[in-house]
Amino acid sequence: MNLLQFSNGMLYASFILYLVATAFFGATIKRKKGAQKGLSEKIAVTLTIIGFLAQLTYFGTRWAASGHAPVSNMFEFVTAFGMAMVLAFIILYFMYRLTALGLFALPVALTVTGYASMFPSDVAPLVPSLQSHWLTIHVITVALSIGILSISFIAGLIYLVKFVDQSSRSKQTTWLELVLFTIFVFIGFIVVSVTFNAIGYEAKFQYIDGTKEVTTVYEMPPLVKPHEGEALTPEAMKAWFQAPSWMLGKDAGRKFNTLIWSFMAGGLIYLIVRLAGRKRVGALLQPMLKKVNLDLVDEISYRAVAIGFPLFTLGGLIFAAIWAQIAWDRFWGWDPKEVWALITWFFYAAFLHLRLSRGWHGEKSAWLSIIGFAIIMFNLVGVNLLLAGLHSYA
Amino acid sequence: MDKIKCDCGHVNPEGTVLCEACGKPIEGNQHIDGNDHKKLLNMRYEGSARRSKTYTNSIVDKIWSFFSSVKVGVWLIVIALIASALGTIYPQAQYIPPEAISRDPAVYYEATYGLTGKIYYQLGFHELYSSWWYMILLALIGVSLVICSLDRYIPLRRALKKQKPKRHETFIKRQRFFSETDDVTKEEIKRVKENLKQQRYQISEENGHVLAEKGRFSRWGPYVNHIGLIIILIAALLRQTPLLFLDEYVWVREGEQTVIPGTDGEYYIENKKFILETYSEEDGEIYKKALEKQEEMVPKNFQTNAVIYKKKGEAVVGAEPELEVVKETEIRMNEPAKIGNGFTLYQAGYQLNEFHTMSFKVHRTDDKNQEALATFTVNMNDPESIYEFDDGLKVKIDQYYPEYELDNGEPRSVSKFPRNPAFVFLIYPPNETKPEVSFVGIGKNIDPTNENEYKLGIVDFDMRNVSGLTVRKDYTLPVFIVGALIFMIGVIQGMYWQHRRIWIHPKGKGVLLAAHTNKNWHALKQNIEKALANTSLNIVEDQQELDNDVSKQGGES
Repeated sequence: MNLLQFSNGMLYASFILYLVATAFFGATIKRKKGAQKGLSEKIAVTLTIIGFLAQLTYFGTRWAASGHAPVSNMFEFVTAFGMAMVLAFIILYFMYRLTALGLFALPVALTVTGYASMFPSDVAPLVPSLQSHWLTIHVITVALSIGILSISFIAGLIYLVKFVDQSSRSKQTTWLELVLFTIFVFIGFIVVSVTFNAIGYEAKFQYIDGTKEVTTVYEMPPLVKPHEGEALTPEAMKAWFQAPSWMLGKDAGRKFNTLIWSFMAGGLIYLIVRLAGRKRVGALLQPMLKKVNLDLVDEISYRAVAIGFPLFTLGGLIFAAIWAQIAWDRFWGWDPKEVWALITWFFYAAFLHLRLSRGWHGEKSAWLSIIGFAIIMFNLVGVNLLLAGLHSYA
Repeated sequence: MDKIKCDCGHVNPEGTVLCEACGKPIEGNQHIDGNDHKKLLNMRYEGSARRSKTYTNSIVDKIWSFFSSVKVGVWLIVIALIASALGTIYPQAQYIPPEAISRDPAVYYEATYGLTGKIYYQLGFHELYSSWWYMILLALIGVSLVICSLDRYIPLRRALKKQKPKRHETFIKRQRFFSETDDVTKEEIKRVKENLKQQRYQISEENGHVLAEKGRFSRWGPYVNHIGLIIILIAALLRQTPLLFLDEYVWVREGEQTVIPGTDGEYYIENKKFILETYSEEDGEIYKKALEKQEEMVPKNFQTNAVIYKKKGEAVVGAEPELEVVKETEIRMNEPAKIGNGFTLYQAGYQLNEFHTMSFKVHRTDDKNQEALATFTVNMNDPESIYEFDDGLKVKIDQYYPEYELDNGEPRSVSKFPRNPAFVFLIYPPNETKPEVSFVGIGKNIDPTNENEYKLGIVDFDMRNVSGLTVRKDYTLPVFIVGALIFMIGVIQGMYWQHRRIWIHPKGKGVLLAAHTNKNWHALKQNIEKALANTSLNIVEDQQELDNDVSKQGGES
């Protein structure tokens, strides 16, 4: 077994450990009020820490094997993001001892890590623009900061699941369902990817990218083909329609197709859960949070931003600017990814200022933490899908 | 100016909400901080007198109040956020890809995106971030930063300086953390003080009233980081001046020497060699899989081996400048070269295999052996117009297309760079004045009349690479760095530390205990629990939890 295989094995092990830990966090909710710190809680936390150490080993050994920090493509970066989220959870757990945080943070981190593993995981050599220590410094700081900011989202989500009145349908219940549905879409993405990968499905298209003729390989049945794409595999299913011309990112048609599949699969899983539970998913989750203190959750949500915001400024803006100055002779170029980092920064700056006002604690603040996470995810997923730019390397 | 004298004897400035010394709410001013219908006091600015809340009559007052409002600040941030997002819908003009239908924005947006593209262009969104209104938006944020900070910092500092350990009972009771204990011994108080000292609280006392305080400096964090932001905005402004900021681009061919633009003829660069390396199997087994998937070669290194020269002494008009070598350097992506006087060179682009020279021979059309009657070499960047030979044969270059292309049957040159050169030659046989016309290019040799006695052939050519380098001088960088540094210090100071205060207020045989922090109440509670361990003092209650329903209504800015 070589180092890279070992590294991948460790990543796999961490995934399984988080999964088991989630189950134990689930078991903690049954503990009676006032009881001693339960055994299941101890096991859950220990498993999470072992899982994190396994993932850290993945990170270190992949670094050693590839010769550069494993943060150079989407697979590596999103994995690092998931890892940072677990680390942030561990830190905040030891600050506030809130097990419900683990019950929500680990599944989201698992989804993120699962999403990462859908990208090509080959070790790729660094192109000249990435050959810099600032790659390591900038990307790792960004991963850490958005990992912590994600915990703000997790706490906000917990707040809303507990707070929103599920006895009747309202604007709040609908929005909350939408947020939860989005998580299902990510799970749907993982499910369809794994399924069609196992079958080995393939459909090829040829299309014009700018002035270049390129081919793209779909690994899922093509519901939508690239804009003015031509099918090269007649045995594959015929596409229903073509991608609009304004989708600019690399392989936009294929990604759009994947998105539709993810929505369909995620929607299906959501429907099954909804029908089986005969309740809104929010209402299904609510009883798990009976013991949760809303004020504490609100404080965790704010605290995570208070810790994450300076770190994000440092990694996402300052380190990014220093590197851009060295590599591209300008520290700021209004590239879409840069602009969305600035938007993220603006958003959390506004969030922190709103916390100065009395009426913006609690529910409103929880909604804001969800919007913040949506912006981060848009920069991670959406910008690569929809917008062209220097960073759209995946 | 109507100063307000509190019962405790302290004289407060007009507009004060809570007495600076004892914290007693000042009658008639409670609406300012929204304390009038609340159990808890608003401690955000210590109830200090802010100009924006005190003077609201004149126009200056109104402008001041407007910009000092957090609500206005947040709106400005949100507007900037939305505006920034709008600019990413379609690429900015500078990012129109080279392979686009047209690089002219007036054509590109409509042609590529249809009607929405046209609207995008007409609204000026293709250059949004340098538009006048985006600049104004940033300037307004700057104004808001300055006014907000001044409005709060000055009175807040005053209030924190004047605060006394002895507080008014109302102040104590209306804190978020509060407890009352009926019977407390002196020893217990002493132990609490000791415990607090151990937790690095500063203790001050006045007639048995105790104030334990730590992390006051974190209250200045926001004002420090705002100073950092203002410096960054000023740096951005300075960058607009050519004195401090220079951005040029230079193409240098291998083996050539050229003046570096923007240096006033002071510096010259010679391109010894341009190197483009790509990854291959030798770079390691580990990359094999990834490289196999790539259809194109993956670049490994872009490098220009350059010699930098500096002009010696005063320039004499018309004379070649005398140069001295400053340094020999290798300029790579991510490794720019500093050449002195604040100039930096960046590896920014390249052009491979540009034709340098081409050698031709002239032979008779009917000569099977194509024996050369004459040979000549054309320098692609500086072709001579006529080449004359001993026997009277002359070759004249009638047309030169550095990058030849046939456009609707018309020959033309795409660029001035010799990437695909082609020529129309006029050959004057000895003692003839009527030339023969010949068209010669790469893989092309055309005789339009089919009657030519002489023919041209390419014997040899020589190619070279061209390096594209950015020339930068940016004296604003240190200003940006200072701004960013100050911002980081301020934001860490404000976010990673908290201003915590605990008051012990003797009342009869017992004490009232109250505590306040600007954030992280959880940790403050832990501090108190630790300090009160093994004493009869009651742990503080979080009155906000009880107050929850009230606090949900209405806001304050």
